[in-house]
Amino acid sequence: MSEPVLSVRNLRIWYGTDRGAVRAVDGVDLDLEAGETVGLVGESGCGKSTLGRGVLGLLPEGASAHGEVNYDGRNLLELKPRELRRLRGPDLGMIFQEPMTRLNPLMKVSKHFEETLKTHEPDIGRKEARRRSLEALRGMGIPPTRYGQYPHEFSGGMRQRIMIALALVLRPAVIVADEPTTALDVLVEAQILRILADLRRNFDTALLLITHNLGIVAEACDRVAVMYAGRIVEKGAAYDITTKPAHPYSRELLRSTISLSTTALHSIPGAPPNLVAPPPACRFHPRCPDAMRVCASTFPPSVDLGGTRRSECWLSARDQIPEGEDRPLEREALAVAEEA
Amino acid sequence: MAAVASEVAAEKATGTLIEVRDLEVHFALHGTFRSRLTGRGGGSVKAVDGVSFDLREGEVLGLVGESGSGKTTLGRALLGLVRPTGGSVKLRGRELAGLPEKELRPLRRHLQMVFQDPHASLNPAMNLETALAHPLQIHGLTKSSAETRAKVREALDLVGLAPADDFAVRYPADLSGGQKQRAAIARSIIVGPELLVADEPVSMLDMSVRSKILDLMIDLKKRLGLTYVYVTHDLATAKFFCDRVAIMYLGRIVEIGSTETIFSDPKHPYTQALVRAIPEPDPDKALPRDLPRGEIPDAAAPPLGCSFHPRCPLAFEPCGWESRDLRALLEERWLEAGEEAYSAERPLVGDLESLNRAERDEAIVPAGSGTDPGALLALLEKIRSEMPDEPFWRGVKTMAAETHGVRVVFEPGIDPPLYDAGDSRAACLLYRPKTSV
Repeated sequence: MSEPVLSVRNLRIWYGTDRGAVRAVDGVDLDLEAGETVGLVGESGCGKSTLGRGVLGLLPEGASAHGEVNYDGRNLLELKPRELRRLRGPDLGMIFQEPMTRLNPLMKVSKHFEETLKTHEPDIGRKEARRRSLEALRGMGIPPTRYGQYPHEFSGGMRQRIMIALALVLRPAVIVADEPTTALDVLVEAQILRILADLRRNFDTALLLITHNLGIVAEACDRVAVMYAGRIVEKGAAYDITTKPAHPYSRELLRSTISLSTTALHSIPGAPPNLVAPPPACRFHPRCPDAMRVCASTFPPSVDLGGTRRSECWLSARDQIPEGEDRPLEREALAVAEEA
Repeated sequence: MAAVASEVAAEKATGTLIEVRDLEVHFALHGTFRSRLTGRGGGSVKAVDGVSFDLREGEVLGLVGESGSGKTTLGRALLGLVRPTGGSVKLRGRELAGLPEKELRPLRRHLQMVFQDPHASLNPAMNLETALAHPLQIHGLTKSSAETRAKVREALDLVGLAPADDFAVRYPADLSGGQKQRAAIARSIIVGPELLVADEPVSMLDMSVRSKILDLMIDLKKRLGLTYVYVTHDLATAKFFCDRVAIMYLGRIVEIGSTETIFSDPKHPYTQALVRAIPEPDPDKALPRDLPRGEIPDAAAPPLGCSFHPRCPLAFEPCGWESRDLRALLEERWLEAGEEAYSAERPLVGDLESLNRAERDEAIVPAGSGTDPGALLALLEKIRSEMPDEPFWRGVKTMAAETHGVRVVFEPGIDPPLYDAGDSRAACLLYRPKTSV
């Protein structure tokens, strides 16, 4: 296995609130390799976006981060804001969900690109800047005739492609894309997914793709990390996880996805827990159909399932369960109302 | 026409709840001071442009389309929430279009709506007791406050917000997204409606919550005998939830049929593209993609002829070719040919914006300043010989150099109505009966 571009070790990101600390990311290990797309999936409120921003060192005020985010031999969490700012753009890029709110409506597309290039590469000439920008836009399917237009003259899908081109023009080594297609229609979404798939073939960029849609994962990702209540509960090759999920949460998430082959509706009882006081031991045990006694008392081990695949569940470590603790967990039935 | 009449008669027998005929909702665009002053001039956006269908009692009809297809406007027009500018909507034979608000309001009891964003559709200052009691008071459906209280609790129980006493005093801020949507559904069913228009009721919710809300809606349909119009862009939930599906594109229904036929044998090229574009979580079931290019065009200036023709891989002679298609073709060529070809060819063509003024049947492509229209013609001929499979060229009759540019004459276009296509109906010229040529 080659050396990862970005490696996250035991990352914790906590927010201070009136009610106590919100443990949005609570002990995460994750590697991103050059040219690979890793999908980060989970329900809302599981810490996906916080993790995605945290690996770029983008944290809101009042948040504190501990652990390691190693990039190019340095821990990003220990860098000064100035040093970090220098890395953003040429090394670390981000694609946001709402393209219209991220482009300046008073600036032509050409200006967006030239300003970005000038800021990070002050020596670049006008001609070279124009050539590089047109090349990045061309890669995203934006015709050169529209270089001088304003953001409002483009459709939603084109704006998102402009955002991607803007992130790519500096050729960053790592890009985090936070739900890049959620605001778009099916056909446009499919077009963007195809572009993202081309991206990993043509560039050496490592892409962390945050999404709640498992269909997108199956289509666009090499590997997947499934996140629940601040932890990565399962990770591994996208094909393996979407066909044979090991962790009950991955399996239930997959079953509750409505696709064209859906014949019966399925849902996970309950809702993701409050991260101020998450459930003890395995955080999924209150909602898990396979929960055993041990799940409510002892934190599950992270089990290596071969390859790069890991699952944090007692089901994968049956031999380590103490005698008698593998009996099903008895719980009170959840009220319907608490579910949705 | 005889076929349509007998179809209508057959539906009467099973009970037609809503009958929509040639419904139009046009929004006027007043770009200039003068048009704002006089109310004339300026263009219009044809959000709904001649839609007809029948809604049978107890059925679930899906209105499916991308943003800008007019599906939401159509859903609202059924309830009179936007005023139709033409056509008719009949509720059990009673005309709704054109009724004054005063007469329409009592009828809304029978027609209710669930909105997309549950966070925005509930008043944050009202607890559920107040929010749910409002429609009862407006329609004067209860005689005493005790009866109102009982009805509110009954509705909360129906949507699964139990214990009802506990939820009645909660505010929207105390509820999760799914719970809010349950409350919004409770508010719409409390007046005992017959039709519920649900506008993307699950699209703002997490995957794991979506199925719970859909389950609830199926359950309510059975218990209360509701008829649904389900407005969505999500084909996967539509396939599961609907009995019939109408695919919308730029204000028109382009294909309508039973859910089974639409998904197993889509007829319109647009439907075919939509069905193939849905991400499939099971990698072993994923279909190869054949995506149409571009995006849904500007509704204020829809394409001539069939509005899907600029994106359609199967488009042919009569689809309505025009100058904007030529512009798109040039831009696509320059996109793929690279920098060198672009700088060599761009000066030959004059102002591209002039191609945006679409006229039927022919277009003048202006030559670049100081260049010979003959060179432009040669360029177009060269593109034609290099991309012979491009559908656009099927629609070009002749090209000839003139003083200031090249005159391109197109095949006459036809705006397709809904044709019979097997078990469904599709607005596509591929299904135009041969006899009517």
